[in-house]
Amino acid sequence: MASGNMSLNLKIWRQKSGEDQGKLVDYQVQNVSPDMSFLEMIDVLNEQLVRKGEDTIAFDHDCREGICGMCSMMIDGKAHGGFKNTTTCQVHMRHYKDGDTIVIEPFRARAFPVIKDLTVDRTAIDKVMMAGGYITASTGNAQDGNAVLIPKPIADEAMDAAACIACGACVASCPNSSGMLFMGAKISQLALLPQGKPESPKRALNMVQTHDNLGFGNCSTHAECEATCPKGISIEHIARMNREYLKAAFTYYDKKRSE
Amino acid sequence: MITSAVNHYYRSSIGRKHLVALTGLLLCGFLVGHLSGNFLLLMGPDAFNLYGHRLFSLGAALYVIEGGLGLVFLVHLGLALRLTFENYRARGNQKYAAKKNTGRGTTFMSWSMPWTGLVLLVFTILHLINLKFGPYYTTSVEGIEMRDLYRVTMEYFQDPLHVAWYVFAMICAALHTAHGVASAFQSLGLNHGRYYPKIKAFSYIYAVLVGGGFAFISVWAHFQGV
Repeated sequence: MASGNMSLNLKIWRQKSGEDQGKLVDYQVQNVSPDMSFLEMIDVLNEQLVRKGEDTIAFDHDCREGICGMCSMMIDGKAHGGFKNTTTCQVHMRHYKDGDTIVIEPFRARAFPVIKDLTVDRTAIDKVMMAGGYITASTGNAQDGNAVLIPKPIADEAMDAAACIACGACVASCPNSSGMLFMGAKISQLALLPQGKPESPKRALNMVQTHDNLGFGNCSTHAECEATCPKGISIEHIARMNREYLKAAFTYYDKKRSE
Repeated sequence: MITSAVNHYYRSSIGRKHLVALTGLLLCGFLVGHLSGNFLLLMGPDAFNLYGHRLFSLGAALYVIEGGLGLVFLVHLGLALRLTFENYRARGNQKYAAKKNTGRGTTFMSWSMPWTGLVLLVFTILHLINLKFGPYYTTSVEGIEMRDLYRVTMEYFQDPLHVAWYVFAMICAALHTAHGVASAFQSLGLNHGRYYPKIKAFSYIYAVLVGGGFAFISVWAHFQGV
């Protein structure tokens, strides 16, 4: 690892709890190596805070290899820093220069209340997923998987949608705080595949209804979500969801629907 | 969970987006018709007044068409307003201190949709008051007594302020439709890598031609004189 040689000015959102009125606090962090990841840079700052006996900065993180979708933060006003197809943990400090000022804020949306500092509650995403982002049909064993023929372009398209890590960057960067991209990705992925098709109408109806009830906004095709998605998911998947939803609303038939 | 799928449709985010998209496209179609009519101004008073007269002689059918158009306008306006307020609410109370757009998503056109829409609302109301329900002159073409709409229009555009406001409103219309037309296709689920870039191009061409067409006629009318 190269020796640490950068000194950065950070403006970090500090908020003790959901009820607390947060504010941006200035910090200086020394000995930042260009080889560090963005989260490691915050680790260094937190170590400095621990030595001073101050409260450390709370932030979400887990795998630190860009696949878990936990590291949610707005870096200089852009979700995950706004680098192409990159999560916060994969942003490296070589993108910054000595003496730079970086503003770090939590993801903001009514559906994502702040828990503490940069940590937000993204349960709303899980609730949308629980409303239908799965299949319950028996798909058999491994050989049955091979027996179901799926054209390669369709499989590729479904895989592109399946790349969603439900990080919430789409919601955070959307001027309307809409969750259409992650929901569209899941509805689209499962609607493309034979195993997902049988439940597709019910899935579209239930997920959209849950999404709306949780206080996410409506899509107005800014496509800011597509631009900041760390997995490069296209708004074509939102269009496919819109089609699935239209079909479902006018053709879904279930005599036993009770609630 | 689903009380009634269709009932749910009209209350859902996507269902209402579909309706905004559909009504928006219908209004865009109306603009093409309106603009074609306006181009008859260039052909002289008789051509334009005859066109107006033929429309009026539709009688009851015209009221049905106008009613339908008004309904489409109100549905578009009402649903778009509601969606806008919901979107505002969805952002929550605490705003970003340093939000920046990536430059690959939000454009001035997409950002300003509610504002250009409001300009168009005010414009439409004033437009109806000043022209449709404006002065009533009569003229005679081929021996038939009819309203001299040519004179109403040309007189209206003699005031440079009227022309300026009209051109401003048409710039707003162009900005609104440049984002709106492509976005409507996306909302209706018509986005595919193969043809979406063409839809976007069509959207821009439509905006420039229609917005520019209306604005051109207002400026032409000003310099043409009564």
